[in-house]
Amino acid sequence: MNWAEFFAMNGYAFYVWGSYGVAVAVFAVEVMLVRNRRKLALRNLRLMRDEMGDQA
Amino acid sequence: MAINWFKYSAPSTFYGLAGKLIPYFAWPAALLFAYGLYIGFFVAPTDATQSEAYRIIFLHVPASILSMFIYLIMAGYAALGLIFNTRLSSMMAQALAPTGALFAFVSLWSGALWGKPMWGAWWVWDARLTSELILLFLYLGYIALHASIEDTRRADRASALLAIVGSVNVPIIYFSVKWWNTLHQGATIKMTGTSMHVAMQQAMFLVLVACWLYVIAVALARVRSIILEREANTQWVKELKEVQQ
Repeated sequence: MNWAEFFAMNGYAFYVWGSYGVAVAVFAVEVMLVRNRRKLALRNLRLMRDEMGDQA
Repeated sequence: MAINWFKYSAPSTFYGLAGKLIPYFAWPAALLFAYGLYIGFFVAPTDATQSEAYRIIFLHVPASILSMFIYLIMAGYAALGLIFNTRLSSMMAQALAPTGALFAFVSLWSGALWGKPMWGAWWVWDARLTSELILLFLYLGYIALHASIEDTRRADRASALLAIVGSVNVPIIYFSVKWWNTLHQGATIKMTGTSMHVAMQQAMFLVLVACWLYVIAVALARVRSIILEREANTQWVKELKEVQQ
């Protein structure tokens, strides 16, 4: 198995790896955004709790 | 043993259930995706006419299939939320929209990168490509409409109408290759089976299942955040251990 030959994709490397590369990147970004959204939601809830704490 | 279906339709119980389920979808998704790509790139033979470029099919077809299915499921949840006023249904619809839009984008992107070497064009105003582009705009329109309305309940209803009306586009995409017979080829995978090589079928099926599991994992994770955002003032959210810390 010659890796260079494999990645060349018989001359279609740009198209094949351009498709898969962008797709994997897009999914990775989505996972990061979803995790980040949870962090923000939890932080806001803690802020709300602290404010409630001050008023009590 | 009567199953109380409605027990998990309450955001509070669903929040816990979804949390437990995510790893059972996320990890198999990654493994099946890797295995599917292994078969697709190392086991599946070179195509007679397209040589190696055809390997984009293992991404393009699952992404396209999913972009359509996710939209129907999203419209279904939106309709449920509209009819039964079940908040969790509308939240699920809202949780699916971004992932659906991503799959529509990946479908168009991988299609363009496949079309350039094979058809000689990144983009053609072909019936299927155009209706898939409309699908992407419908997703983005749904997200934008929902975000633009302050009151979440009204936002749910308005965006649900858009999703339901937009769902007529999905059969158009599916049958576009037959009705208009423009550039995009017809269905290779028919109910009666397929002429594809076994390894090619396996690879595509594995990637399809992997993407399905991915969608479920991401939607469950996103809906949990939506629940936290929308139910911020409820007692059960305040008592969550992750909030107490």
